Amino acid sequence: MFFSRDQVIRVNAETEDQLQLLQALEAREEWEVDFWLDPVSTDLPIDIRVPYDSQTAVMEYLNANSIRYSVLISDLQELLDEEKVEMQKNQMKERMTKSFNFGAYHRLETIYSWMDTLVAQYPNLISKQEIGKSYENRPMYVLKFSTGGNKRPAIWIDTGIHSREWVSQATGVWTANKIATDYGTDSSLTSLLNNMDIYMLLLANPDGYAFTHTNDRMWRKTRSMNPGYSCRGVDPNRNWDAGFGGPGASRYPCSDSYHGPSAHSEIEVKNVVNLIKSHGNFKSFISVHAYSQLLMYPYGYSCRNVPHQPELDAVGTAAVQKLTSLYGTRYKVGSICNIIYQASGGSIDWSYNLGIKYSFAFELRDTGRYGFVLPANQIIPTASETWLALKHIMEYVADHPY
Amino acid sequence: MIMFIIAAVVMFSGVTGSLNVTESLEADTADMLAHPNSVPEFTEEETEILGQILDVEAEGDVMATGELNPNHYQAQRAAKVVQHYLNTRNGSPFRLFRLSRVHSGNLEDLVDSGRKYQLEITVKESISNTTEKLSASVLFPREERQGSAQVQASCDELLKVNITAQEEAFYQQYKNSQNLVSAQYLPDSHGRIDDDMRPFWHLSIVASSFVMLKESNENTLYNMAQVANVTQLATENDQLKFDGHILLHDMVSQEIIHWKLQFTWSPPEGVKVLQMEQLPHCHHCEKPQNSN
Repeated sequence: MFFSRDQVIRVNAETEDQLQLLQALEAREEWEVDFWLDPVSTDLPIDIRVPYDSQTAVMEYLNANSIRYSVLISDLQELLDEEKVEMQKNQMKERMTKSFNFGAYHRLETIYSWMDTLVAQYPNLISKQEIGKSYENRPMYVLKFSTGGNKRPAIWIDTGIHSREWVSQATGVWTANKIATDYGTDSSLTSLLNNMDIYMLLLANPDGYAFTHTNDRMWRKTRSMNPGYSCRGVDPNRNWDAGFGGPGASRYPCSDSYHGPSAHSEIEVKNVVNLIKSHGNFKSFISVHAYSQLLMYPYGYSCRNVPHQPELDAVGTAAVQKLTSLYGTRYKVGSICNIIYQASGGSIDWSYNLGIKYSFAFELRDTGRYGFVLPANQIIPTASETWLALKHIMEYVADHPY
Repeated sequence: MIMFIIAAVVMFSGVTGSLNVTESLEADTADMLAHPNSVPEFTEEETEILGQILDVEAEGDVMATGELNPNHYQAQRAAKVVQHYLNTRNGSPFRLFRLSRVHSGNLEDLVDSGRKYQLEITVKESISNTTEKLSASVLFPREERQGSAQVQASCDELLKVNITAQEEAFYQQYKNSQNLVSAQYLPDSHGRIDDDMRPFWHLSIVASSFVMLKESNENTLYNMAQVANVTQLATENDQLKFDGHILLHDMVSQEIIHWKLQFTWSPPEGVKVLQMEQLPHCHHCEKPQNSN
């Protein structure tokens, strides 16, 4: 059947007579009216679908008998068409979240639309916030996992700040989904989210990520222009205000560890700084990189121990034990400066100095066999084992408020 | 404390002969406090005294010499060089060594020759997935003109894994081939490699190891990131011959360095590198890779 321009009207019969007149209306077969709510009583509404061709006649009938009505639906077909589109969209979204391949590397646009489906599926847990734009004007989105409250103590996780480290972004995507699906079923995660919020920035360097798909798989930095040089980009993990410009970063724009003209010169970094500072209640800051299989704490800019070194080392060691328990993957634990290299201007040094005690950096799989081009079939194993370490850190943070 | 350091530094200024004594040495000391990597330009005694001062001044700093923390970067970087060395000696399309663990490390500063690392490590053969524990030493020469790192190590157990049949079959398959093999981007962006391309990937890693061994020092940590291109040339002197364009990754500087190599291989001769040339990285001419 086709319902173009059919109307659905609501009638309220005020008297018994009117009720009978409406019942008689049904008998007028030539008008083909269709009662959605039958005329049973003067207390209840009466809904009638009136085909387009009968509208003039039916309205005259009602008007002649002083029966009042209002139009509920002015064009039924239009509404049906809208509903169909909506249903198709929802079906696609469901298919997307059910069939999204976490074991593959995806382009930026795909990840962004997947994020929307995730939020749509878990609207009471997850919201998407734009924290600013990238240099090339791409939106930067955080997913906020929250069960309520107002600026609850929060945990920050960013992935993909170095764009070529693809397993980092992929792990972020899997982890966001894991948190969404496990809330309500995993008791410690549920308890954590009932008291704390989790913020995830899945693509911390969207311009760089896009560039690794279109031009250079090995691109690391942002894509900002460096005046006077044909080389673009700043190392976003040398650009933070922590020992900025010190050893372990380059002042040469063509270098892959170029620190940039000044601390927080990169908009991608500034957006995060602004969020963290204005929120003011982050208790943990975790940055995810690849590769080398390391779990590190501050400092990078100096090899001297931070005051909380013993505690951070203990937490890291315990977290790594959990990680290893899954597939036997070995990680090393230590400060950035001691474990890999001195590096100034790093994000977790900044967050630690801001007072966010539980600041950690992961370097995920592997140790160099595949390096940045880690086979996609290792994404889920990597994310799964990393989750155990992440969970341990988050649970520890939740259990040790400060 | 600072006064004591300056005093100690001033005391040695005559021996090192540097001008503008207090300023430059003070700066050096400050650099050393910030730069555990840097090799101090002092005699052994000076180094020891300064090392002690630095120890008192900065807790948690790694000692310049002596027993090393096997998980820290000093021992790890030296151990990686052993991996490169072993691959140059015994790597093949069917045999690849990877550093698995560092158990212990010790560093000696030898006045005339350089800095010598003594290591206990576990090495894994990637294809058979077997491991062997071994002792190795790595000497980084004090001056560049003295050449690249000198390594002493051997992994006899891992060499016992029999790959003769595979090597021979592979060699015969490509030795007299009319169609010379050519491949781009091994692995591809998603980490994929066709099974029949794997031996070429391995060969390229072995050839790269010659470069990585030559280029390694205490401030580098190399892995081969990707083969941009490997092309078989006509067999010469019974050696399979290849042109390769490979991307090395140095973890410390985070740079991707491009090298062109010409190398050969045969079962009896192993891999030999005929030519190697570093390419400048053209920053505005990045070409798209095979995507998705």
